Amino acid sequence: MVPQAADIVRVLPEIIWCVFGVLLMLLQPYVKNRQVLTFFGMLGAALGTLSTFLGHMGSGFSGLIQFDIFSLFFHWLLGLVAFLVILAADSYLERENLPAAEFFALILFATAGMGVLASAQELLTAFIGLEMSSIASYVLAGYRRDSVKSSESAVKYFLLGSFATAFFLYGIALVYGATGSTNLVRIADADPGSNLLRLGLALILVGLGFKVAAAPFQVWTPDVYEGAPTPVTALFAAGPKAATFALLLRIFTTIHAATEFWFWAFWILAVVTMFVGNLGAIVQTSVKRMLAYSSIAHAGYTLVAFAAVRFLSTNSEIGPWPAYAAVLFYLLGYSLVKVGAFTIVSEIGGQGERHLTMDDFAGLGTRQPFAAAAMTVFLLSLLGMPITAGFFGKFYVFKAAIGSKLIWLAVLMTINSVIAAYYYLRVIVVMYMREHKGEMPADTALSLSPTAAMVVVVAVAATIYLGLFPNHILGIVLSQNLFASR
Amino acid sequence: MELSGHLLSVVIFFPALGALALLFLRGDDALWIRRLAFVVSVAEFLLSLIMLRGVAIGAHGYSLVEYKPWINSPPINYHLGVDGISLFLVILTTFLTPLCVMASWKGIHHRIKEFHVMLLLLEVGIIGVFLSLDLFLFFLFWEVMLIPMAFLIGIWGHDRRIYAAVKFFIYTMFGSAFMLIGILWLYNLTTSLDLPTIQAYLQSNPAALSHRTEMLLFLSFFLAFAIKVPLFPLHTWLPDAHVEAPTAGSIILAGVLLKMGTYGMIRFCLPLFPDAAHRAAPAVAVLAIIGIIYGALVALVQPNLKKLVAYSSVSHLGFVVLGIFTFNAISMQGAVYQMLAHGISTGALFFLTGIIFDRRHTYEISEYGGLSTPMPKYAAFFLFVALASMGLPMLNGFVGEFLILLGTYQVHWTWASWAALGVILSACYLLWAYQRVFFGEVTHTKNKELPDTDSRELWGLLAFAVVILWMGIGSPFFTHRIAAPVDTVIEQTKPHFAEEAARPAARPAVRSTSVVFDGRVVSR
Repeated sequence: MVPQAADIVRVLPEIIWCVFGVLLMLLQPYVKNRQVLTFFGMLGAALGTLSTFLGHMGSGFSGLIQFDIFSLFFHWLLGLVAFLVILAADSYLERENLPAAEFFALILFATAGMGVLASAQELLTAFIGLEMSSIASYVLAGYRRDSVKSSESAVKYFLLGSFATAFFLYGIALVYGATGSTNLVRIADADPGSNLLRLGLALILVGLGFKVAAAPFQVWTPDVYEGAPTPVTALFAAGPKAATFALLLRIFTTIHAATEFWFWAFWILAVVTMFVGNLGAIVQTSVKRMLAYSSIAHAGYTLVAFAAVRFLSTNSEIGPWPAYAAVLFYLLGYSLVKVGAFTIVSEIGGQGERHLTMDDFAGLGTRQPFAAAAMTVFLLSLLGMPITAGFFGKFYVFKAAIGSKLIWLAVLMTINSVIAAYYYLRVIVVMYMREHKGEMPADTALSLSPTAAMVVVVAVAATIYLGLFPNHILGIVLSQNLFASR
Repeated sequence: MELSGHLLSVVIFFPALGALALLFLRGDDALWIRRLAFVVSVAEFLLSLIMLRGVAIGAHGYSLVEYKPWINSPPINYHLGVDGISLFLVILTTFLTPLCVMASWKGIHHRIKEFHVMLLLLEVGIIGVFLSLDLFLFFLFWEVMLIPMAFLIGIWGHDRRIYAAVKFFIYTMFGSAFMLIGILWLYNLTTSLDLPTIQAYLQSNPAALSHRTEMLLFLSFFLAFAIKVPLFPLHTWLPDAHVEAPTAGSIILAGVLLKMGTYGMIRFCLPLFPDAAHRAAPAVAVLAIIGIIYGALVALVQPNLKKLVAYSSVSHLGFVVLGIFTFNAISMQGAVYQMLAHGISTGALFFLTGIIFDRRHTYEISEYGGLSTPMPKYAAFFLFVALASMGLPMLNGFVGEFLILLGTYQVHWTWASWAALGVILSACYLLWAYQRVFFGEVTHTKNKELPDTDSRELWGLLAFAVVILWMGIGSPFFTHRIAAPVDTVIEQTKPHFAEEAARPAARPAVRSTSVVFDGRVVSR
């Protein structure tokens, strides 16, 4: 069937992101000015995001993709993350003396892949999206070629990521074998009792669980996050995670077999992931690594809302909307905070990312009051203190969990929040209550670079805005036709 | 009244404006920072006094209510209101804050601007807690308040400040996280987060909560409050936080923060879950009595003056909890009164320990001795405050303790007799400490030349002393306003199971006597 114009418009964001990626690579030999490239990258990210306004809701390419409020929301989220990461990377690339054009191009390619993931309605399309984002990510992880850690990060990510993709692909094959289709809507009608289908779904869950860093598939996360260039880590923590959660949620809600079968899987994954992430984070001395573990923990919190979906969709008249809203709101707040926090880590890290330990953050409250205050806001948001996005996200997840009578899950999440308080608080304590020991290294910047400061300001403003006035976003994520097809 | 439309919002957020103004001052301009903070906090105190006009004597329910939809789903409203109980707690807060600024005049030397900003933000959080009538809003202020307090301890405290700050934070957060689950669970059952709405709903549908659910909900709230009070055995954060906090932190902590716990019990635990509260009462009372005696005994053996005062708080707050959980109008009035009295007298005790710490930089009792020779004025004030704290008649501590014991005696004479032991012990530890610090020869040469209180300290102490005396002899001014809301709480706390007629025995009889000995009559 020949694609129609409307179909093309529904993937316009991905097309624009890719086109700008290619253009950037073509421009590289001619444009020596890094700032022009940065601007160009940001323009691409922004135009792609804005182009979502042109698309009409509905499915495109004979049901391969589904363009609905759900995917619109994630396109916005991913576009915003890409925009901020490109802006934040500007000063980083200058400091590390790395070529800019390819970096931005890779970010745009990865974002396009994530966009496909967010709107995929068919498993092979999802696979293409996953590969697009993953391959760009592998390269980005190893972008600091002369650094051993960065290369290690890339190799680890690539090897383990390939395994996960293989699981995912095998899962698709089994599902196809069981149901004769890879289209989610058609799989939905299949017999939920089929063992082959269940096995396929289990393998898909393993593959996607890897991407969202859910324990026990999280082993790669700390090393990869730590080794990758910090702006890339910001992207990893926000973008692919949100996109994969989007796909997971779409599969989970569309296929009834998955709704039943994955419930306990999500329950257990959520608990294990929360504990592994939080207990791992406690013992870290590097702030970057600590934030990596914290992103594992946050995947666990998100999975709590996933577990709530089943009860709400079967046993209550309100329907599963609060649980969906919890996932979406949580991911939005979390992504913005992580981008902001990693931007600060990147700036404090200095050349060669040498200053990442807790001790390097000591006395930041007096040295760089702005950076310290912003970091405090981010950490408090991750911790879930009121008037931040993190609090409202957590509040919503709690609400969904308790609404579905998952009291134990809520209690375990509570215990985890308290454990988490310890390590987030430690950074705040170090920043404000300890003095820096010894001489300050000569290359430490006295303030954030202007571009990084812009990213931080946007992230702080968004964090507090979402914490104080969540009505607008709630209006979107609570929409009854989140998935337009139903 | 014109102002009344937004008076409560103004009272809550005025200190935040002050904090904002402070940010525009230069960080090294210590004098003006202190002056501005002082002016702002005094203005805030005067503002809060306007609330007195808005709360009619004998009024049931909330006055000066503000109601504005905030978040659509779940329906969260910006709902504020004040009654006789919260009224005085707010005024207590605004009264202590300027005194905190005064107490830090000499003790705080670095990051002065941030210190006062934190102090004012803390005031915002505390007042917000007392005035919120929406569970979400209440929880929000409850959590927000933690951050400036932890900073006050952690940045400007003494040697082990970081340990104390983190312990304080995590302890409180542990409790409040469970409270959040409780709030959401309650929302799930009643589809409202608005306190009066939930109350009305639960009153009219006594069967809405099963016994087990009600007990679990009660416990989830109670845990958060009990940690804050702190009720034995959850008190271990308190000595650390108190000893390590700067003087101003201790004053606010002991003066107001602990009352947030007892206030929460009165406002939430009892009226929302009356059956569970009644069933839990014996256990709570036992813990409270253990707290009273244990706190007093530990205070008795403290070599550290500040720790002594801290443990005396554990003991005194035990009285308050006991007074609340006897469900008797007199003892609950006494509990509210004791909350206020303890806020003033313990605030004053910490102010006093702060004064000698500024001079000698130690709290060890053994470092002092014979201080009444070099510092006669100081010694006189200390004695006055110590007597108030141990409950001497005509001073503020007496009224509350007397009412609590009187009310408790009518219900359970054994509880009252054990608790009375605490009164005796409090005289022991305070007088003994007083003797060791102030009487005898001056044993340390450093103490011989100690300057007596200067005019700033004198004015602060005078303010404390006036209020102590006034609360001792002018108690009707307070009890008149406290009585009606306390009666409301008692009315709401009537257990449903007692109405099921199966139990005509002890409890209803007790309530009828409590009407005869109504607190207003007694205190006159």
